[in-house]
Amino acid sequence: MGRTLYDKLWDEHLVDERDDGSALIYIDRHLIHEVTSPQAFDGLRLADRRPRRLNANVAVPDHNVSTDPMERALEGYSGVAEVTSRVQLETLNSNCADFDIPLIDLSDKRQGIVHVMGPEQGATLPGMTIVCGDSHTSTHGAFGALAHGIGTSEVEHVLATQCLLTKKMKNFRISLDGAIRSGVTAKDLALAVIGKIGTAGATGYALEFAGSAVTSLSMEGRMTLCNMAIEAGARAGLIGVDSTTLAYVDGRPMAPSGVEWESAVAYWRTLHSDPDAEFDLELSIDASSIEPQVTWGTSPEMVTSVSGCVPMIADMQTDTSKKALRRALDYMGLEEGMSLTDVQVDMVFIGSCTNARIEDMRAAANVIQGHKKAPSVERALVVPGSGLVKAQAEAEGLDKIFIDAGMEWRAPGCSMCLAMNADKVEPGKRCASTSNRNFEGRQGAGGRTHLVSPAMAAAAAITGRFTDPSQLESL
Amino acid sequence: MQAFTIHDGWVVPLDRSNVDTDLIIPKQFLKSIKRTGFGPNLFDELRYIEAFDEASPDAARRLDPTFSLNKSEFSNASILLARENFGCGSSREHAVWALVEYGIRCVVAPSFADIFKNNAYKSGLLPVELDEAVINALFDQLNEGQVLSLTVNLEAEQVVLPDGSSATFSVDPFRRQCLLEGLDDIGITLQRESAISAFEAKHRQARPWLFSEIKV
Repeated sequence: MGRTLYDKLWDEHLVDERDDGSALIYIDRHLIHEVTSPQAFDGLRLADRRPRRLNANVAVPDHNVSTDPMERALEGYSGVAEVTSRVQLETLNSNCADFDIPLIDLSDKRQGIVHVMGPEQGATLPGMTIVCGDSHTSTHGAFGALAHGIGTSEVEHVLATQCLLTKKMKNFRISLDGAIRSGVTAKDLALAVIGKIGTAGATGYALEFAGSAVTSLSMEGRMTLCNMAIEAGARAGLIGVDSTTLAYVDGRPMAPSGVEWESAVAYWRTLHSDPDAEFDLELSIDASSIEPQVTWGTSPEMVTSVSGCVPMIADMQTDTSKKALRRALDYMGLEEGMSLTDVQVDMVFIGSCTNARIEDMRAAANVIQGHKKAPSVERALVVPGSGLVKAQAEAEGLDKIFIDAGMEWRAPGCSMCLAMNADKVEPGKRCASTSNRNFEGRQGAGGRTHLVSPAMAAAAAITGRFTDPSQLESL
Repeated sequence: MQAFTIHDGWVVPLDRSNVDTDLIIPKQFLKSIKRTGFGPNLFDELRYIEAFDEASPDAARRLDPTFSLNKSEFSNASILLARENFGCGSSREHAVWALVEYGIRCVVAPSFADIFKNNAYKSGLLPVELDEAVINALFDQLNEGQVLSLTVNLEAEQVVLPDGSSATFSVDPFRRQCLLEGLDDIGITLQRESAISAFEAKHRQARPWLFSEIKV
């Protein structure tokens, strides 16, 4: 019987399996950032342990860093005003120095969000097992790699043993076929999938995305899709390797070259599900019917198309869902049944590990060009995912388009996606955000988040409300 | 790790589904480099009337009396009763540390998010999955004003309910053993060092590009 892509990656990395199904799998790449690693390094110190394989690790500061260009011009972390944030960042540097972990420092132009930096540097390669103390590690599955988030105890475990104690997941494939309409992006596909299966719809599964609408996506789009797999409950998202994957990886600094490249490619070309592979669960979605999406509630599954409305409480099936809807509407300050295009936004955030790659910057700039930010929009932040994305965008003049429109062009970091640094949505303010979570308080206590694509966020910046970007010209 | 065998405790309800780890411990408390100190900020945005102010972190704040954890009848609770998909979202293990430090030893829900469940085992916090009907009945009794206690027996994989009947749950056998004995994962894995080394040598030969030196 054929194997799924996940089966192949699992088999390739299986060190040892017990009768009860618990297994040790070998980890090829461990990505590290400042928030979930300090307690792991401390654990190593307490037990007098050293990292098992230094070259498997790459560290980068991202969650707490300031994205203010003026603050970033200052030496080291001195631009980070808040003491606890600064201490956490400094602790990353000192831990990497103490344990000889490769670190891409804040001053390095390659610094960026860990899930943007990894692929850019070729630290992410097809066929790898990749873990990081961050749930959006699912992003790297876009390369035909088995990638997922882990907790801090597991960060310590991987450092000490180069393995993860785990159990095999089940296989779930979602096929998205059909030509996607203009104005629809990978983000909209991801949100539509989550809307359909729910935030726990893929819990316990490795979630493979397939179909013509997926293979026609760029690597940036594929990363956006796999990034959001965790918002459907799947720890790992996956997409098979094809020529698009190989073209992206070719020439990356940490990618193999010469003879090694040839043998790697020969192996990587086998990294797709076999035609006769069996999945525990399969779902087909007509991608041509998907419209630009916008979330209206406090969970990514609370989503509809931009032409849609907030649901009615009476339409909910159970008491729990009625209650959840009431609470969400109360938090979001919305009325049941209202049109999404009538919802006014106060802020716009374009960035995060979901949507801060060069293609996202281009998509947003393309919408913004020739327009101004609506006066009712108090702030509009554009935060490139890495120093390299920033440099590329500036070389293309995209920064000027944003600045001329009255938007802020920032330095790379996680920024307002989770508001661990100074970039926050103020209480009661409403933000059109290209990030991944609209949980209560996610972007700042009391902040109201609507998840959208970069094109939709850009359109909202111009009109001050949710607008289908493909209809912008006719307004 | 603290072993988990049998736990007898009072129940506190949290009647909402999809409780995410941002709600359990908001990100403003993730800046600590320690494993302790998260208990006072468990469910911070629900627990306190005044929002946490990073500029004055030690400012006194009033507890919200309408939030279940703050009610006197639940003040000694060590078992959290919740709805489906508990612990979804971010991988932060701080959520587990906050629950444990507050005094929760066991979360009872119809289902859990994967990463949270995995993290819970590492700190001796037991996630117990029970049928939705059992969970609904417990919520109903609590909503009627009853105070409930449960006996959670990991060895028998059984919860003794307030009426004396019991409900079964299951925990992955390996995880169960680790919890019962309070075993540390790293120690267990390091016992398999020869298997890891053998795998690594084979893997290095087959995929040499995975072992190149990283120059940063």
